[in-house]
This record gives sequence, structure tokens and C-alpha cells, in this order.
Amino acid sequence: MATLKSIKKRIVSVKNTRQITKAMKMVSAAKLRRAQDSITAARPYAKKLAEVLQKLAAQSEGDAHPLLAKRSAQKALLIVISSDRGLCGGFNANLSKAADRFIKEKKADYAEFSVMTIGRKGYEFLKSRTSVRKNYEGVLAGLNYQTAALLAHEVIDGYLAGDFDEVFVIYNAFKSVMSQDITVQQLLPVPPATTESEEVVTDYIYEPSKGALLAELLPKNIEVQIFKALLDSVAAEHAARMTAMDSASKNANEMIGKLTLQYNRARQAAITKELMEIISGAESVKG
Amino acid sequence: MAEKLKIELVTPYKKVLSEEVDEITASGALGEFGILPGHAPFLSSLKIGELSYKKDSSTFHLAVNWGYFEVAEDKVTVLVETAERADEIDLERAKIAMGLAEEELKKLTPEDKNFRTYEAALERALIRVQVAAKAAGK
Repeated sequence: MATLKSIKKRIVSVKNTRQITKAMKMVSAAKLRRAQDSITAARPYAKKLAEVLQKLAAQSEGDAHPLLAKRSAQKALLIVISSDRGLCGGFNANLSKAADRFIKEKKADYAEFSVMTIGRKGYEFLKSRTSVRKNYEGVLAGLNYQTAALLAHEVIDGYLAGDFDEVFVIYNAFKSVMSQDITVQQLLPVPPATTESEEVVTDYIYEPSKGALLAELLPKNIEVQIFKALLDSVAAEHAARMTAMDSASKNANEMIGKLTLQYNRARQAAITKELMEIISGAESVKG
Repeated sequence: MAEKLKIELVTPYKKVLSEEVDEITASGALGEFGILPGHAPFLSSLKIGELSYKKDSSTFHLAVNWGYFEVAEDKVTVLVETAERADEIDLERAKIAMGLAEEELKKLTPEDKNFRTYEAALERALIRVQVAAKAAGK
């Protein structure tokens, strides 16, 4: 039987843990709201840009721009967006596993397969399994468009220089507070438009010219896609952490309840024992 | 005029405008242009510059950064990196930024790779000052 003192100690320590998880939940909730705001704000921009680009691309030949042209896929790059910090449930583990699976499946198709990670957690998981050519840390905390643009340009430069022929990105998309969707998206070459918008091909007046516009919009689109993926991932991370911390707080509550019960029982048992001793002592004096 | 243009102006951070307006003027890659209702489908990239629109006989000005401009069936979609309404512009800050950019530009030669960056910064600051001045002048 555990002693009173040791049970008391455990209750105190669980209470402390609960305090931390509760606080972390609150912090994540606040951060989630902000992240959610910025992702909802960014979506219309990304959507509109993709629309216009599709219209433009649909009217241009496949090799109008190097970023559109399909090359024989020799070298592939996978960008894995995870988080820098842990304590967010299965957020990173699921993503890393999915990335690992994706790599294993695809590895046979390419002569070379390299990985770029954003976020410490994904890097730590993948570095022992595959070659990680570059890792970025600390970009997720104060995320802004400039960072995304820099990343995009690195990818585009590498693509144009022939360092890789196909680029994918894998990330947790923010679906709702309760669930994240692991999404794999092909960034480069820009996948051909899904031909549902074929009804009206409006003939635009282009200024300065179709080719020049395409050349400006294509890299822009990559920037925006990466920015959106990063925002999505950040929102999903906070959501995941919030749910994880919520259930941790709940577990702590449950545990405190159980321990308190145990503590009270032990206390009662001690009192009963003492009483018995006094009574039997008194009896023997009387006798 | 019965017909109106529907303008939507979006940046990566927020939707800035969504309104019915009478006339829009913007500076495109090949110079300034104006759009009235009934315009033919049109697609242009935008420079750092000013975008103004008329609504119910009053004019509004915005300072915009790089982006593009699309007209289709009286619907105008403007995507820009940044957009600031005239009354949102911090004139003091813009003036300071302009001074800084000018200083830096004087030190550099056009071949320097930072030259373009500062040139763009100067342009942006200049436009901000202009737009803010217009709003103040009304």
C-alpha cells in the first residue's frame, strides 16, 4: 500500500503537469485563431492567382515556359513541412511517416531523390533515413510572405539549374480544429490545368504580352503555393497541439480524481487503524 | 450610368476591397490605363504604383505593389502583394523610407545587385507619399 505521503506527492506533481498543459492549450488556442485568420485571408489570393494562371496556361503551348515543360523525371525533390516544436500529438509523427512512405514508393521511379525539410521535427526523423539536402528551422514561428518567396526562389533556381526535375511538397493541411489532412502536392513542373474550366476560353487583351505575363505569374504562383502550404501547416500545428493539450489536461484531471480517491481511502484506513489501537488499548486496561 | 464594375482587390494577407465602382485607373506594365464598364477582357501586370477608383463621384486612391489586373465581364480582379488605402499610409514613415532609399542609392552603382532593391523601395515610398498627399489634398 502506498503511503499517504507518496500519494500526496504524486497528486501535486500531476497537478503541476495539468497546469502546464492547460496553459499550453490556451496559448495554442490564441495562436490558432491568428493562424486561422491568416490562412483564410491568404486563400482567396491563392485561388484567384491559380485561376488566372490556368486560363493563361490553357492558352499557351506546353513548352511556353520552362516551369511548365515536362522533362524526363530523373531527380525529384520532396519538401517536408513539419514543425519546430513537439507536444502536438501525432502531428509530426504522422507526417514524417507519410513522407517516409512516399519516398519509399517513389524512390524506384527516379534516379535521385532528395529531401528538403522545413521544421526541426521532420528533419530529425528523416535525417537518419534518407539524405536531407537542406533543413530550415525557425521559419514557422514568424512566418511571412518574404520567407516563402525566398524558399520558392531557391526551389525554382534549383529546378531551372537542373538540380531536380520534379518537386513535391508534403504538409499537414488545416481542415478543422479536430483534424489535419496530410497533403502531397506537385509544385513543379506546374501540373496541367484540370480541364473543367473549358467552357469559356475568354480571349484576353494581354499587356505586356502573354509570354511575359506567364513568366511573371508562374514563379509568383510557386511562392504563393509555398506560402499557403506553410500557413496551412502552422494552423494545423496549433490545432493539433491544442487538441493534444486538451486531452492531456483531461487525462490529468482523471488521474487526480483517482489519486485523490486513493489518498482518502488510505487516510481513512490509517484513522481506522489508530482507533482500533486506542479501543483495544482501553479494553485491555479495563479488563 | 447604370452599369458598374465589380472590383475585388486581394493581397496574401487580406481582402482589401470588394466593391461596385464606376471607373478604375491603374498603372500597368505599359503605362497607366483606365477601365470603364463594358471593357473587353483584359489582363495586365501592374507596376508599383497608384490605383484609384471612382465611386459615386468621389475618388479613392490606393498605393499598390507588384501584382496583376484582370477584367472579365465587368468583373475586375486585382491581385497585389501589398495595397494601402490613402488614409492608411503613414506619411512620416514613407518619407523616412524615401530618404533612406535615396541615401543608399547614392552609394551604389547600377551594377550592384542591391541597386534594384533600393530602387524598388524608393519607388514604393514615392508612391505612398504621392497617394497620401492626394488624400490630404481633398
